[in-house]
Amino acid sequence: MTSKPIYGLMAEFDNPSALVSAARSARNAGYRKLDAYTPYPVEELHEALNLHKNKLPLLVLIGGVFGCLAGYGLEYWTSAVAYPLNIGGRPFHSILSFIPVAFETTILAAAVTAVLGMLALNGLPMPYHPVFNVERFALASRNRFFLCIEAADPKFDRERTAKFLEELGPREVSEVAE
Amino acid sequence: MSAATPPLQPPIVDPAQTFGSVTDKISSIVLSKKSPLVWLVGFGIAFSLTMLLLYSIGYLLVKGIGIWGVNVPVGWGFDIVNFVWWIGIGHAGTLISAILLLLRQTWRNSINRFAEAMTLFAVACAGLYPVLHLGRPWLMYWLFPYPNTMGLWPQFRSPLVWDVFAVSTYASVSLLFWFVGLIPDLATLRDRSQHRFARFAYGILAMGWRGSARHWQVYDTCSLLLAGLATPLVVSVHTVVSFDFAVGLIPGWHATIFPPYFVAGAIYSGFAMVMTLAIPLRKIYGLEGLITMRHLQNMAKVMLATGLIVAYGYMVEAFMAWYSGNPYERFMIWNRMTGPYAMGYWALIFCNVIAPQTLWSSKIRNSVPVLFVLSIIVNIGMWLERFIIVVTSLHRDFLPSSWGMYRPTVWDWSTFAGTIGLFAALLFLFIRFLPMISIFEIRQILPQAEVTEPQK
Repeated sequence: MTSKPIYGLMAEFDNPSALVSAARSARNAGYRKLDAYTPYPVEELHEALNLHKNKLPLLVLIGGVFGCLAGYGLEYWTSAVAYPLNIGGRPFHSILSFIPVAFETTILAAAVTAVLGMLALNGLPMPYHPVFNVERFALASRNRFFLCIEAADPKFDRERTAKFLEELGPREVSEVAE
Repeated sequence: MSAATPPLQPPIVDPAQTFGSVTDKISSIVLSKKSPLVWLVGFGIAFSLTMLLLYSIGYLLVKGIGIWGVNVPVGWGFDIVNFVWWIGIGHAGTLISAILLLLRQTWRNSINRFAEAMTLFAVACAGLYPVLHLGRPWLMYWLFPYPNTMGLWPQFRSPLVWDVFAVSTYASVSLLFWFVGLIPDLATLRDRSQHRFARFAYGILAMGWRGSARHWQVYDTCSLLLAGLATPLVVSVHTVVSFDFAVGLIPGWHATIFPPYFVAGAIYSGFAMVMTLAIPLRKIYGLEGLITMRHLQNMAKVMLATGLIVAYGYMVEAFMAWYSGNPYERFMIWNRMTGPYAMGYWALIFCNVIAPQTLWSSKIRNSVPVLFVLSIIVNIGMWLERFIIVVTSLHRDFLPSSWGMYRPTVWDWSTFAGTIGLFAALLFLFIRFLPMISIFEIRQILPQAEVTEPQK
């Protein structure tokens, strides 16, 4: 083994069940800085990796409320303040007529927040990431399941962690170059 | 109750499929160097029709909308008919991707991607019409509220302004939803393509997606939230479109049944279009293992159900015309049934009400060619419906002195054919460059995906 610093160690599994139990064993063994990579969302991993609830719903709520107020505010300001126009004696502030547009701006702002928020919380776009240095990692978007223990973990030790991963019955354990 | 034998239902996807086979099957359509002959011919025809569209628009810009058949009293002709038809078609895509996701109907996973693409392209075609109908399309930005030197603002009490907001929001949210759904599959294409340029292009679009469990968690939340937002949105869009009519006072338009009846009609025509597209696609690309009979049957059932709601709408229209005692309403429905456009009305009743009743039979629901023909009949029927609503209501309203006839000109037809070409051309390009079935969502519903853990 070379002594160059590495990002972490990665184990490759055949099926989701093996990955979930491996992730659980790694957490039980005290590893904290670890991540799993799968070709589709595996819900059981949330609990196995002890993932916290994310803040996206709150962000989207804020976005939606903002969109609603902004849309309605625009309608009120233009129709009642900036450009009041008497159309058949209707009130300048026509609450019912303002609902459809305010509704649409609510949805638009909330949806944009949902997408940008998802990307921001995930730190995307991120064109480079060390895990891509592992050649077989290309299969993470096809049919293989990966568990990576990062070198930044306090319990990480190149030899011992590698041995630990080997014991979980993976297809292969490889080092992830920095 | 005999619960011994579960009802025989074909599986959602072919049980022989695996993560690898699904990935290879779908991505190879995009990554292979060769296009099937059908694709080349189809794209050629669609592209020619798109050129016809450009020509028609060019001529329109030079001459003005006088080249169309619209005139007093029928100021809304093919432009509005086609606008409503196209936007209705789009609704099935959102319904499949959003509402069926919230209802956890996993069978949608095979058809949601191209149904969403269909939505986008249909909305693009729909959006052209009102803009061209403005007369001076180059001033279309006047529709949006922006500070201008004229000191003017849009009239927010008008349904036509609501429509601008509804349709542009719908287009934007559909695009976002579609793109978010594509990200993991773009990563798959990035990892599997051999060509350097393709790898680079898909890599940029995938934004460095690596399938991390932490990312998937946020991603799933995002999809569910978008679905939750798109569901009321899709209902609102066709409701607002129906307000364009229902808020007016013309007999035949001024009806409270319009919003629900328009939304049901939109879903009806959209599912018909999904079926029209899915049947040839699965045949040409050999996707029968992924888009199975189960999908076609389910879509047929949705068509039957929404078709019945639409039929109810026609009945209520006729009933209210009689029950209201309003002579103009009565004349309107009588004129529809026996007037100069009676042929269209009865053809619409045949296409939308009578023909789909055959779907009650499971034999019909199992026959692919019959389903294909039926889906085209419904598409035509829904187009006729919009024609009848728009034209027959306008051409003979309150005063016989202001009656007239509407006859579409060759430019009306060429623009319509052109948008069909644009729609098809965009769809052909989509099939060639992006995975038409959501790969990661199919992996999710394979039997392999089940996590089995030893119980502690």
